[in-house]
Parts: sequence; structure tokens; C-alpha cells
Amino acid sequence: MRLVVLPVQNRELVIIGGGPAGLSAAVEARRLGIKDVLVIDRESEPGGILKQCIHTGFGLHVFKEELTGPEYAERFIEQAENLGVEIMLNTMVIELTADRRIVAVNSREGLIEIQAKAVILAMGCRERTRGAINIPGFRPAGIFTAGTAQRFVNIEGYMPGREIVILGSGDIGLIMARRLTLEGAKVRCVVEIMPYSNGLTRNIVQCLEDYGIPLLLKHTVVNIHGRKRVEGVTIAEVDDDMKPIMETAKFVPCDTLLLSVGLIPENELSRLADIEIDEVTGGPVVNQRMETSVPGIFACGNVLHVHDLVDYVTQEAVSAARGAASYLADGGKKYKHIPVSPGNGLRYVLPQRINVDAMPEERQNFFMRSVRPMAKARLFVESERGVIKSSVLRYVKPSEMISIQLDRDEMRGIKMLNFSLREEGDSVERGE
Amino acid sequence: MVDVVIIGGGVVGCMIARELSRYQLKTVLLEKEDDVASGTSKANSAIIHAGYDAKPGTLKAKLNVRGNPLFDKICSELDVPFKRIGSLVVALNEEEVKVLEELLQRGKTNGVPGLEIINREKLMEMEPNISREARAALYAPTAGIVCPYELTIALAENASRNGVEIKLNSPVLSIGVENGEVLAVRTPGETIYTRYVVNAAGLFADEISRMAGAEDYRITPRKGEYLIFDRRFGGIVNTAIFPTPTKISKGILVCPTVDGNFFIGPNSNDVREKDDVAVTQQGIEEIIKSARKLVPELPLKHVIASFAGLRAVSNTDDFVIGASKKVKGFINVGGIQSPGLSSAPAIAEMVVGILKEEGLELKEKSDYNPERPQIFKFRRLSCQEKRELIRRNPAYGRVICRCETVTEGEIIDAIRRPVGARSLDAVKRRTRAGMGRCQGGFCSPRVVEILARELGIDPLEVTKCGSGSEILRGRTKEFIETGGVTGAK
Ligand SMILES: Cc1cc2nc3c(=O)[nH]c(=O)nc-3n(C[C@H](O)[C@H](O)[C@H](O)COP(=O)(O)OP(=O)(O)OC[C@H]3O[C@@H](n4cnc5c(N)ncnc54)[C@H](O)[C@@H]3O)c2cc1C
Ligand SMILES: Cc1cc2nc3c(=O)[nH]c(=O)nc-3n(C[C@H](O)[C@H](O)[C@H](O)COP(=O)(O)OP(=O)(O)OC[C@H]3O[C@@H](n4cnc5c(N)ncnc54)[C@H](O)[C@@H]3O)c2cc1C
Repeated sequence: MRLVVLPVQNRELVIIGGGPAGLSAAVEARRLGIKDVLVIDRESEPGGILKQCIHTGFGLHVFKEELTGPEYAERFIEQAENLGVEIMLNTMVIELTADRRIVAVNSREGLIEIQAKAVILAMGCRERTRGAINIPGFRPAGIFTAGTAQRFVNIEGYMPGREIVILGSGDIGLIMARRLTLEGAKVRCVVEIMPYSNGLTRNIVQCLEDYGIPLLLKHTVVNIHGRKRVEGVTIAEVDDDMKPIMETAKFVPCDTLLLSVGLIPENELSRLADIEIDEVTGGPVVNQRMETSVPGIFACGNVLHVHDLVDYVTQEAVSAARGAASYLADGGKKYKHIPVSPGNGLRYVLPQRINVDAMPEERQNFFMRSVRPMAKARLFVESERGVIKSSVLRYVKPSEMISIQLDRDEMRGIKMLNFSLREEGDSVERGE
Repeated sequence: MVDVVIIGGGVVGCMIARELSRYQLKTVLLEKEDDVASGTSKANSAIIHAGYDAKPGTLKAKLNVRGNPLFDKICSELDVPFKRIGSLVVALNEEEVKVLEELLQRGKTNGVPGLEIINREKLMEMEPNISREARAALYAPTAGIVCPYELTIALAENASRNGVEIKLNSPVLSIGVENGEVLAVRTPGETIYTRYVVNAAGLFADEISRMAGAEDYRITPRKGEYLIFDRRFGGIVNTAIFPTPTKISKGILVCPTVDGNFFIGPNSNDVREKDDVAVTQQGIEEIIKSARKLVPELPLKHVIASFAGLRAVSNTDDFVIGASKKVKGFINVGGIQSPGLSSAPAIAEMVVGILKEEGLELKEKSDYNPERPQIFKFRRLSCQEKRELIRRNPAYGRVICRCETVTEGEIIDAIRRPVGARSLDAVKRRTRAGMGRCQGGFCSPRVVEILARELGIDPLEVTKCGSGSEILRGRTKEFIETGGVTGAK
């Protein structure tokens, strides 16, 4: 198709995205001896979404201390620099092919074409918008996704509004409720359609309860008022089928509606490369070494599935880097996989398939999410031969990822793996 | 003293403005909003209809059939995407197949070329995702799609380059008439003396007509709601797909857009207020239900936006176009409901003809340029072109909107071109920044920054769509000092 032959750069490992996932993967890759590691990020500074997360709560698992987002990112940026990782900023990747050709663009070099031996996808995610959840009403100024509002406040130094209603109790929304309150805005309420919150319990306590902000469960926004600027919203209770009960509708005056209604892995590039996408996670289907359906392309972090804790992102990124290193070493040898599937009580399990013999480490991490909150539940891991392992979990919530590890020896010779969750005792009414 | 004042910067007003810009005239276009294409012309089905639908003999039929073939030339001159994708009216039962016959006959009477009834097999081949219930369809190969706001903006820009003065934020408040003749038009800022007034005020054309003491007619708003889907699913249909029409409406369609998305809609409900463009829950449910009859598998999880437009329905049931018999120099172009977009080029020709009959002297300009200088759309360029463009201006190497791959260079162009963007929505309509799947989540902070810088204003003054729609409310820390709620620790 192309008329002109472009000068192509040959690189060993290219990581797309310089957030915590990309940076952690880069650091690990260098430690494993991969010499040529390039991280590409479209922003002017590395760190990804963490740059705007100036609250604490990062790194409890990895560093055993409470860091802010930028501090957490800084630790990896420093390591990356010390280890000689090349970070190309202000550069957006606009094309990726299955044979690992990358086209990126920036204003210094113009169009850059790269042939990579291995690629790690770490593009993060984007927020679900009003359109995706079809809120009726006008389309005035004053409707923001929570992350956009967070950027305005924490990076640009502007207030999106004075009187605020937040739809959705995702973590970003909860954190913004506190942030805006501290900035002198009035957060009228957080409205959540589910009978439980989608945020971390600690965020409900520290961001809402400590400030007396009401959390209205089983409620939603049914109308947005105001031609030019939001003047208020109508909220209503929903029934068990999540349909609004119009008799309960009431008007809440506000000048701003924040949406915290979910995140979607950013997989446009993955689709260009024909990578198989899991409809449930919204991210690529991966194997034991975080390798996608396209050999030599790996994925980690929010591009793979949405994380609530950055520590797990780092863990996953380390696996992806080890996977890439083993790929570069074995030259892309073909392996057979056994399927890993979610059973009762679970929405998904990652990785979706594994090869036990080709595991880069002796233990394999599995990440999963429950379908609903359970006060106490038993997690079963089964193969075609029966239960391999089971353990009791407490206070399971869809918003809090479950992570467990299995030893290679526990899985040798099996043909399939199934994970399931069985509730024990009463279910939790509210995610307390 | 000017020759002609056009009231309304919709597709009709702007098409007339461009048509008049060929001649040695002083023309002013007044638009009440902060951008052209802020009314019905920004929210419609965007179809250049073939012309089988309107009742033979009406202006609607005549001007639609005359307007349709003019689009290729206009859109190529203005560098506006236009695709003749064809339309299908699908019959889901034998009753409806009979209606197709009637439509075919009506189309022939109206002079529509190439109409054909196709059988189920051919239909399935053309549209594999269509309902299994489908029996046959009326195929109109000349139907096309265009981006209606992009077209309107391009028309305004071209008219402006050819000397028409486009005044935004200029609502007409009154019209002065002396001795039965148009004298002047007043806006909040000024009084413009003029010999002719063209009333292309869309939903408000009846009020403008009454303001001048001209003909009395009534326009009522009729809402049509839409859902638009992620570009990834754009290929679900290839043509504009209509159900078999009923007496009241053309029905809810499933249709591609020129930008590669697709939409479903519109329904049709009378509303009271002329600015009631709110989307309703019932509306959303109604269009989903109807659209599913045509295309059962809709990717409902991938809706990116909903919107509504208002049809300007006149009580005469046809376009109201003509010189006033009561006020000399006053020309009505009202009640331009569907197929108003398709008819716009022919409406403009007709209006110029009327002005001539009314005594306006039309001398062609020697330097009229029908072409709009090229607009760079980064994502549509080849690699080599992209490279070249960034070398000439590095701003084209900074991607601002990641969903639609819009660069800073394009946004600056949109602001600096004639009839340039002054608000977030205006940038969005010109560049698509913020129109993709994230709906501006990532790029809006940066577009606000670029607008503020380019316009030399404070970011707090940047609006979504004109005064009163400011995006931001203050600086951080500001509310605490002014006595807002302070956080407990
Ligand atoms: C607002 C918010 C609050 C959170 N709060 C906490 C908390 O309190 N504690 C905690 O432990 N965890 C928290 N998390 C979770 C965790 O920190 C994130 O999930 C984590 O940042 C994800 O890392 P990532 O590297 O996958 O994605 P990101 O941080 O989003 O990084 C992706 C990077 O890729 C770049 N990129 C994407 N596409 C391209 C492309 N085509 N070309 C070039 N560059 C590209 C992006 O610009 C970005 O810099 C929070 C998450 C969010 C969103
Ligand atoms: C749901 C729907 C679907 C449609 N689908 C199609 C289709 O597929 N094909 C087709 O051909 N047609 C279609 N139409 C019709 C088409 O959109 C309209 O005919 C066309 O846009 C009308 O253009 P206009 O310029 O007359 O009106 P508008 O675009 O409304 O422009 C009028 C302008 O006048 C301004 N104005 C009003 N009052 C004043 C004042 N006092 N002072 C200054 N300015 C003023 C307004 O702000 C506005 O910008 C559809 C319409 C709707 C609502």
C-alpha cells in the first residue's frame, strides 16, 4: 500500500504506555537482561493515571507503605532511568500490526515506524461515559467523567463545579467526592444503581462517611436538567430489575454531574493487531506468561482488565516482562494451552489459558472477580480430576479483585482449570 | 445599508448565503447562537434523500429531487465528505410489500432515477444483518449521506471567504418596516439597514415572519431522538435502512454516518418548547424497539451518545418559501422540515430566483471562489502525507483527541479559519475532537487550554456552546475562601 519506504527502527522490546504497568514491565525487563527496552507514552510525563491520583493508598503491598499516586510512579520512573530504559514521551502509537510493527507520531520526529521483536501492551483504560449508560435529558455543560474532573482539579487547578451529584460509586468518584468537598464544593450525594457500592470499602468510609456525604444505593439519575449548564438532576430509586420507580423521582439541584460508572480497557490498538479480546474483561485473552493470542505481544495492567489496586498491576507487569523475556529467549516456540474458566460466582478469571510446563515461574498468579458481594465464600479450584484447592474468603466484593497463586506441582498433567465461588452464610446487604 | 440580511445560520441560511456570495452584493447572515449549525441542522438523519417520499407536486418533492444531484459538486468544492450509499425501504410483511409498490410509483412520478424493488435474496446479500423477516425492499441508489454540520460550517466558511459577513451571537430582536417595505433588522448590538430580509430561522421562522408583520403561519417542534454507536460497529449496515413508512412518519432507521459510525432513530413526538432537545427514557426505548425490527442484533453496549433534533413542522404541511405579499423585500424560507437538508441547494437556487424577481440586481463577481481550502484531517492522511504535514508544522504531530486521532494543528485550524470555532462544541463539530468513544473525557481539558490560548481568554471563560455554558466554575482553593463548605478532618 505505502508508496515510500520509511526508515524502520528495529527494537527488541517496545512497551506501549508508560503508566505503572508499562514502567514496572520495563524495569523488570531490564533486570532480566533485555538490553533494548523502549517505553512509549503520549503524555508529557510518565506515570499514567497515577499522575492525577494525589491521594494516598498506593503501594501497600509492593512497598509496605502508603504512597500517593505520583510517589508510587516516581519510584518506578527512577528505577527505569537508572536501569537505562528509554522513555519516549509526547508520542502516540497509532498503529500496531500482528507482526509487531508499530507506527507512532510526535511533533519532533513526525511519524516513527518501529519493528519490535516483542511488544507489551500497557495502554490503560478509559472511563465509561453518559452515552454508554443512556442517561436521558439535556446535554449542557457540567457533565464530567470523574477522571476528567480529577484531571481538571489536580493537574490544571480548576473546579468543575460548586454543587455536585456523583453517579456511580466507583473509586474515582468516591475519591473525587472527598477532593471536591475539601476544595469547598458541596457534594450533594453519590447515587449508585446497584444494591452495593462498586468502590473499595476503605474509600466509602474515608471519602463519604467521614464527610457526611450520603450514598444512595439502588438509585439512579433519570433526567438531566439545564439547557446551557446543568441546573439539576432527577434521581429515582430502582426496582430489582434496575428499572427506575418513577413515583420515587425527586429533583436535586446541582451545577455538575460527575460520572463514575466504570472503566473500559483501551484496546483499539490491540484490535488493529487482530488480538483476541475477552468480551467480559474487555481486554486481551492471555496465557500463563501474559501473552495475547498474537505471539510476541503481551499485555498487563488496565489494558488487560480493570484493576483497583496498583500493586496487582505491578505484579502482573512483572509477569508480562518475564513472559516477554522467555519469548525472546525461546524464539516464540508454540505451546499447547489448557483452558481456565470462571464457574459459579465469578465473572472472569485471568489468565484465560495456561501451559503448566511453560510457566515462567514456579507459581502462577490468577486474578478474578466475583459476580456479587458475599460475606463469606469458599473458592474452589478444580481440574477434570476434581478439587485441587479450596480456601475461605471473607468480604468478597465485585470491586475488589481476588488474587490467588497455584504451584506448578498442583497443576501438572491437568487438562482444564475451573474456578468457582460458593457463598457460605448470609450475603452482605451493603458492602460494609 | 446592505443588500440582503439572512436570518439563521442553519444549512438553509448558509446555503443561501453561499449562493448569494457569487454576486456583487453586500450580504449579512445573522445567527443567534455562538456557531452556525446550532439548530436542527446539527441533529438530523443526515440523509440526502432520493426523493420518492414526498407527495408529488409539493415543494418538498420538487426541491428534493432537484437538490439531490447537486450534492456531488457542492461537497467536492467544499471538501466535505459525501457518500452515495443508497437507501432501502424494507418490507417485513406482504402488506408492506404493497406499500413499496406505491412508493416506487410515487418516486417515478417525482422523477427519481434508478429506483428498484429488490427481493429478499438480493437484500440479504446487500445487508447481511437485516431481519430474517424481511421480504423485499425498495432500493434507491441515489440516496446519500453527508455530515450536516460539517456541510453547514463549510458553506458558511466559503460564503465568508467570498464576502458574506457572518455575525454570530446576533439574535434578531425586531424588524423595521416602512411603507410596507423592509427597512432594517435589529440585534442587541446594532441596527442593520437592508433592502431584503431572508427568513431562514428554522423553528423560529414563524416568529420572525410575525415580527416583520408578514404572513402568519405556525411552526411546531417535533422531536426526533437518536442513539449513535461506536465506530467499531459501523459496518453493521451499508445503506440507509428505513422501515416501510406509515402515514405519520418515515419511521426509525438504521443508518451509517460518513464518519463510519452508525445510528438508530429518529422517533417522532410533538413537543411544546422549541428548545426541548432533551432525550427521554421512553424515546430511547422506542427507537431501540423499532430499530431491532430491522436489525435485530444491535451492539447496545456500545452506544456512545444520544441526542435529539427538532423538526420545524409548519401548519401548511409543505415548505413555506416565497416573497411576502404583505411586506416587500421579506422572503420566507420556513417550515423546512425533512427533506430540508436534501433540498437545501435547490432551496437556495429558488430563493435567489425570488430575490431577482423582487428586483435584486444580480451581477456575478469575477473573483468568486467556490472552493474551500483543504482541511487537514490527520487520520485520513497517508503516512507520507502525515510526515510531510508534521515537518511543515509540528502541531500536527501532537495528538489531542485519541479516539478520533485529532491533532493540535487541526484544532488550531478550526479556531483560526473564517467563522472559526469559539467553543468546545464548535471545535468538536469541526474536528471531531471529543466525538469518539470517550466523548471528550481525555481531550476536553486540553481543548479548553488550546481555546483559551488561541482566543486570548481565561480558561474559565471557555464555554461548551456559548455564553452561559462555561465549562469550569473557578480555580481550586477559590471556593474555600469564598466560604464554601470546608472539609472535616
Ligand atoms: C482515578 C483512579 C484512582 C485510583 N486509585 C487507586 C488507589 O488509591 N490505590 C491503588 O492502589 N490503585 C488505585 N487505582 C488503580 C491503579 O492505580 C490503576 O489501575 C493503574 O494506574 C493502572 O495502570 P496502567 O499502567 O495499566 O494504566 P495507566 O496508568 O492508565 O497508564 C497507561 C498509559 O498508557 C498511555 N497510552 C495509552 N495508549 C497509548 C498510545 N496509543 N500511545 C502512547 N501511549 C499510550 C497513557 O497515556 C498512559 O500514560 C486508581 C485508578 C484510577 C483510574
Ligand atoms: C429528526 C430529524 C431528522 C431529519 N432528517 C433529515 C434527513 O435525513 N434528510 C433531510 O434532507 N432532512 C432531514 N431533516 C430536516 C433537516 O434537518 C432540516 O430541514 C434542516 O436542517 C433545516 O435547516 P434550517 O437552516 O432551516 O434550520 P436550522 O438548522 O434550525 O437553522 C435555523 C437557524 O436560525 C437561527 N435563529 C433562530 N431564530 C433566530 C433569530 N431570532 N435571530 C438569529 N438567528 C436565529 C437558529 O439558531 C438556527 O441556527 C431532519 C430533521 C429532523 C429534526
